[in-house]
Order: sequence, then structure tokens, then C-alpha cells
Amino acid sequence: MTRADADSPGLDALTVFGDRISRVAGYLPEFTWTVSALPEGVRVELGGQITIEEAPALWKRVSELLEQLGGQTRVQIDNSRVEVIDGACMALLVHLRSELKARRVHCEFTGGSPAVRRIVDLYGGRRRPKKRRIRRPKNAVEQVGQATVEMFGETVAILDFLGQLVVATWNAFRHPSRINIRDAALTMERAGADAVPIVLLINFLIGFVMAYQSAVQLHAFGADIYVADLVGVSMTRELGPLMTAIIVCGRTGAAFAAELGTMKVAEEVDALRTLGFMPLQHLVMPRMLGLVLVAPFLTLLADAIGIAGGLVVAATVLNLSPSAYWVELTSAVKGWDVWSGTLKSMVFAAAIGMIACQQGLATSGGAEGVGRRTTSAVVSILFTLILLDAVFTLVFGALGL
Amino acid sequence: MTDALIRVEELTLGWGKHVLLSHVTFEVERGDVFVILGGSGCGKSTLLRHLIGLEEPMAGTISIGSTGVPELEGAAPEFGVMFQSGALFSSMTVGENVGFALQEWTDLPSEAINAIVKAKLALVGLEGSEDKLPAELSGGMKKRAAIARAMAFEPNLLFLDEPSAGLDPVSAAELDELIIALNRGLGLTVVMVTHELESIFKVGKHCIMLDKESKGIIAAGDPRELKETSKDPKVHQFFHREARVR
Repeated sequence: MTRADADSPGLDALTVFGDRISRVAGYLPEFTWTVSALPEGVRVELGGQITIEEAPALWKRVSELLEQLGGQTRVQIDNSRVEVIDGACMALLVHLRSELKARRVHCEFTGGSPAVRRIVDLYGGRRRPKKRRIRRPKNAVEQVGQATVEMFGETVAILDFLGQLVVATWNAFRHPSRINIRDAALTMERAGADAVPIVLLINFLIGFVMAYQSAVQLHAFGADIYVADLVGVSMTRELGPLMTAIIVCGRTGAAFAAELGTMKVAEEVDALRTLGFMPLQHLVMPRMLGLVLVAPFLTLLADAIGIAGGLVVAATVLNLSPSAYWVELTSAVKGWDVWSGTLKSMVFAAAIGMIACQQGLATSGGAEGVGRRTTSAVVSILFTLILLDAVFTLVFGALGL
Repeated sequence: MTDALIRVEELTLGWGKHVLLSHVTFEVERGDVFVILGGSGCGKSTLLRHLIGLEEPMAGTISIGSTGVPELEGAAPEFGVMFQSGALFSSMTVGENVGFALQEWTDLPSEAINAIVKAKLALVGLEGSEDKLPAELSGGMKKRAAIARAMAFEPNLLFLDEPSAGLDPVSAAELDELIIALNRGLGLTVVMVTHELESIFKVGKHCIMLDKESKGIIAAGDPRELKETSKDPKVHQFFHREARVR
């Protein structure tokens, strides 16, 4: 019920009292909205104070009017009794006018104090409404198609980047003095030395959990000692390199993408080019080089601490002696297990560096673009790591390694 | 025959299938301060990026001196560029920013590079700022430092993208004075993109005005003359700061 309704004859004291309570509680609007008939249309007489607090109630009236309009061809919004109207509410009325225009219903604002008229003018209430461009929502097939095309585009972009990287690497071999050693060293410190604590912690827990889970099964068969084989081979061949790569992806890959993305949107990459530097040689290669050099050491640390995690379980849960664990471990884990893991880690590191830098340099659109590309970089890297790991497993298996 | 340093012929540029500017032709003479004007979104900065060589045109040619646009990467810079935000390398000090290309492309000892850096910073009024980080500089100082970096290789051509945008009137006026001093004192050819009227009249010798609707040049000449004589309503609106009738 609006104030206009409340002013109508036949209103009893209870209603007035109820209205006041409702108004105090914020249930009733402070403005009036009276609809009357016009030849071939309707007239909406507005009154009172129409401010942002009244916007929800006004929006409700606007929506109701739009729903209830039948064959009318004309709507007149009379502001004669409006005391105050603010921009937010005027925007809702202008929206009503645009909606009506889209339905080929003529709508006009009339009356109002000079102040109200100024607001109407300011919000374009007297300008001819522009024809709206109707955006058709995409159906599921279109969305899947678009996503496929975009994915294909991204793959082409990564392959293009890989090609440019090969050329840049060749140039770097020809002119090694131009390699940005400073950034490579900085990367080794940030991605390597600074990552040691988290690599140690995560891989210790991986070794610990794996040994703990397998201990129960192995104990049932009296095969306790084989926990050393299981932990040793799993850590060195698979989990050490893979978990380390995942940590490097989260720490360093995301940082590379965000850093280069920020440089791109701040035009620093363009500035670099105008000073004669190649972004690939100056920004990408040192980061990749730093990562590839540091990844094997992180992986060897991960292998060692994961095996130590298994030892803790073997000694405490299975009551195996450390020497028995060590003897079994050294008989099960061969040199190739360790070296294949470090080889994998270098390939993983190169993939992390390449994808992170490619995504960073493809950034556009400000802070939002940086966030989007950073997320995209992490997701793409994780997918690539798992894919590469599967390829390694198949190739090593086929070669009997 | 004019002494043109830059020749742009039938240049068409855009992205994807969208054409931003079509068949644009103009020349920039040596020693000129050439201003590219136009409203927002008309392609001023995109045209500048093509002149610099950061983008490939859809069609047409650009020549600087006797050749096309020089290869940007892999060689010492042949011209200086100041980007709209300054684009100083945030991880380096101001001094390192200015001396960065000198370290890469010359065999000068670090003492000599430091001396050049100090002189370049003094040239733009930033004496003693060598050890500051870009984050410690104001907007105007960043742009000055960016000009010092662009001037490191003694170019004869300087590109400036919206040099006075976002600056207070005093800083903007100081930057205009610096551009005039570089042009007159060193004979530097300056190509700048701006829509700051005060800068245009104070600094610009020649200009072209780009238009979004016609995707081309709608006026060319001395900006002061254009202001007085142009009959084109868009040119008139621009130079007289008249609002578009909505």
C-alpha cells in the first residue's frame, strides 16, 4: 500500500496507525505512485521524496508496471508532485523509459520543479532513448564451440611461443654474454633456496603418509620391510619430481605469470623492446634457466626427505631398524630411478617456466587480466605436468627403463 | 621536396577484422614537434605504436629516415620512446633505468655510464634521483625519468605518448617546457600524442587530427591556424572545447 492509496476515502484509523508502523519499520515507501488511465496509455503520477532508500520500492513499482502493460502505446510520468528525486531513482525511471521504448511504447516525463527537471535532463530523461542492442544469450553448443576455438588458439599461442623460444635460445648460444645472468641467479635464489622449507615439509609428509598407508597393508602380509621399496621407488621416480614441480608451479609459476603480466600491462615489456631488448631473451630465458638449474636439486632434496618420512613410519609403526630400512632401500632403488626423476624435474621446470612466462606476456586488460592469466598459467601448468608425467611413464615403460 | 624524417603512406591499422584507421598518409619533417590529436578511442596511441614498430600494420608503409621502421629488438635503440605511464622498470632504480640500454649496447665502463646517467637526469631536472625507485617518484617525475631513459642513446627522434596526461598544471607546463627545450636545443624531432589543448598550442608545430567515425585524418597543419580557420565541426569542437550535442 502506498501513501496515495492511504489518502483515498474510507481509510480507517487502524490502517493509518498500521501504515505509520510500517513506514517506521521501512516497509512502506515515502513516495507516492498513482496510476491512472490516459487515452491509449497510462499516467504515473509520482510524488514525495524519491531517494536511494526508496529505490527497492520504486523498482518494484517499475517492474509491476512493465508486467501489467497491455496494449497501451503511451506512458506519461508526471513529476509535478515530486519534492526530491535523486540520481539512483531517476536512473530507474530512465530504465523504465528504455524498456518501454524497446516495446514501442512512447514514454515522456512531464512536470516537476526546476530541480527535478534538472535531474531529468542530467540523466537523459528528455533525450530520445537509444535503440538497444539486444544481446542474445549463447546456448550450450555455442559456448562449448567458443571454448574449443579459444583452447585451440591458446595451444597455437603456446606453440608459437615455443618456436620463438627455440630461436631465442639459439641466439643466446651465439651471444652468451647477452643472457641476463642477474635474473637467472635471482630466480635460482627465489625459486630454489627460498622454496627449500616448503619442499622439505611437503615431501616429508608425502613420504610419511605413503608409508603409513602402506604399512597397514604390508603388515597384514608380513611384508613390513617392503615399505622401504615402496617409498623409495615412488619418491624417486614419481612423487619427488612431481610434488616438487607442483610446489614450484604454485610458488614460482604463479609469480612469473603475475610479474610478467604486470610488466606487460604497465607497458614495461614494450619499453624493454624499444630499448632494443628481446623480452624472450631478457625476461623468459633467465627465468627458465634458473628454474631448470635449481629443479634437480630441489627434487633430490624431496627424494631424500620423502624417504626419511618413510623411515620415521618404518621405525615407529613397523619397528624396523634404520639399517634394515636402508639396506632394503638401496637394494630396491637404482641409480636410474634417481636420475630419471631429476631428468623429469628439469623437463617439468622448463614447462613451468615456459607456460608461466607465455601466459604472463599474453596478459592484457589491467589488474583483472593479470589475475586471469595467473590462474590460467597455474591450471595449464598442472595439466601439462600430469600429461608430461604420463608421457614419461609410457616412454620409460616402453624402453624398459 | 620536404625534409621528411617520417613518411606514412596509405597506412591501415586495427586488430582482427576491425579497422581502426584506414589509408592514413602524412609526413613528419626533421626538427618538427608533430602532434597526433583526436578524441578518445580514435587510434592515436595505436598509430604511435605502429610508428614505433610495436605493431604491424594491416596495409601501407611507414619509413623513418631512409629505411622502414628499424628493427626494435637486438640492436641499440634508434629513437626514444616515452610511454603514457612512464613504464619505468619498477625493480630498478631511476639511474639503472636510464643507464640500462647503455650497459647493454655499449662497452662503456660503469663510471662513464654513471656520468651519462647523471647528465641525462640533470637534463630533465631530476638531479640526485639516481638511487630512487620509480615508486618514490611523482607522476611528473616518472615521465621526466622516462624521457631521460629515452634520451640515453642521443636519439634524433623522440616519441611521446600523452606526456602531460594525469599531471597537475604546473608539472604539465614544466614537461612542455622540457619538450620545447629538447626540440630547440638539440634539434630533436618530437612526435607526440595528446589531447591536452594547452600542450598542443604551446609545443606543437604541426598536427594531424584523427577521427573515429571516418577512420582517418580530418585536419592537418599548424594547430593554431586550424583553431582559427577550420570549418570542420569536429575540429572546431575539439579546439574550442565544445561539448557534443547529445
